[in-house]
Amino acid sequence: MDYQFLWRPVFKALPELVDAAFLTMQVSIISMIIGLSIGLLLSFGRRSKYFIPRTLSTIWVELARNTPVLFQIFFFYWGLGEFGIFLSSYVAVVTALSFNTAGYMAETFRGGFNAISNTQLQASRSLGMSFLQTQRYIIIPQVLRVVYYPMTNQFIWVILMSSLGMLAGLRELTGETQYFNSRTFRTFEFFAATAVIYYIIAKLVMIAARLLGWKIFKGGKT
Amino acid sequence: MDPAGNAFTDLRWVDLLFLGEAAIRTIQISAVSILVGTVIGVILGWMLASGNIFVRLLVNSLLDVFRSVPLIIQLILFDSFVSIAGFPMPAFWSGTIVLSVYTAALVAMVARAGIEAVDPNLRRAARSLGMGYWQDMRYIVWPVGIRAVFPSWIGVSLSVLKDSALVSAIGYIELLRASQILTTKTQESFKIMLLVGLFYFLMSYPISKAGDYIEKKWQQ
Repeated sequence: MDYQFLWRPVFKALPELVDAAFLTMQVSIISMIIGLSIGLLLSFGRRSKYFIPRTLSTIWVELARNTPVLFQIFFFYWGLGEFGIFLSSYVAVVTALSFNTAGYMAETFRGGFNAISNTQLQASRSLGMSFLQTQRYIIIPQVLRVVYYPMTNQFIWVILMSSLGMLAGLRELTGETQYFNSRTFRTFEFFAATAVIYYIIAKLVMIAARLLGWKIFKGGKT
Repeated sequence: MDPAGNAFTDLRWVDLLFLGEAAIRTIQISAVSILVGTVIGVILGWMLASGNIFVRLLVNSLLDVFRSVPLIIQLILFDSFVSIAGFPMPAFWSGTIVLSVYTAALVAMVARAGIEAVDPNLRRAARSLGMGYWQDMRYIVWPVGIRAVFPSWIGVSLSVLKDSALVSAIGYIELLRASQILTTKTQESFKIMLLVGLFYFLMSYPISKAGDYIEKKWQQ
């Protein structure tokens, strides 16, 4: 093995990599928020008694879950060009990740809502609670408990998936790494450093989620 | 190139053949990785469920790395590492190795859950009936555990099938990469994308529905 590892370029590029990591987090957080909101709507849609919302949300969920996320990114980035729609790589990646997250979260929410029996809803209504009060004090606290850990897992997945932004020309953490790689040809060193950064991010998010979960749910178990 | 200087060609039947071959390559690399990854993953899962505290900590923190670093970075790292180490290999093999290890990391969690899903009393009963450790594993833990986690294993396999699209990043021409090549050639991005999406969907959807069906059937 006559390869000389050179880590100096990596250290020199570290500030830019950290900046790019913040872009990664930004993309992930935005996608997660949009994905969660749409996912919640989709989970209502799938339980709707009307045909059209039910079918549309089922199609969305199945498409999001049965095609690769990289395909989804490429679709929003290149696939719409024929209609004259050109999304920037940032918008395309956020759209694709939101689309994907919505599909997966819809299934998680569905499981969460299914875990609560209908009689609870009836009981709270007959105690004089309004629909919104029922949601606020009875349904959502319980659903949140069920979906909290799948949700944090999904968020870590979104962070990891955002690395595919590189292939659509987004300069998030992986894209920035690729940029430095193309200037220095220190492929192994740069990607090893990036792998470490991703690992740290994933661990920090997991620890933060655990602490937050512990704070939210400490008030007795149901 | 036609006289007008237009370098693009229309979408032709040959192109569909090209896509079809690429789809077969996607299935090949996924099937090999799922097979190898499942075997390794089950062994690792057994170590996670039955090993002592040191084995568990070691295996768990090792697998955690593969689950916390994006797959695409694992692929690029491994690919550049084998070149540095002086064993350059075709993209198929480096892709298969990385995908297999990644699959193993996911399957290990599934396998551990499967072993832990078996009621300890059931296993004690088996042992007190005179079964050896491996007999207990083979006739009690395996059949009971596999029922508990088979749907999760289907889920892992499907995600590997979809993640195999990332092998394109190290130059393996699977379905998604083939579609990009066709797009640059024909400029008909939407149609090709639709076709490729349909291909993936038709590979993934029936398996996921079959998994749901089996899960429901076993729960009765």
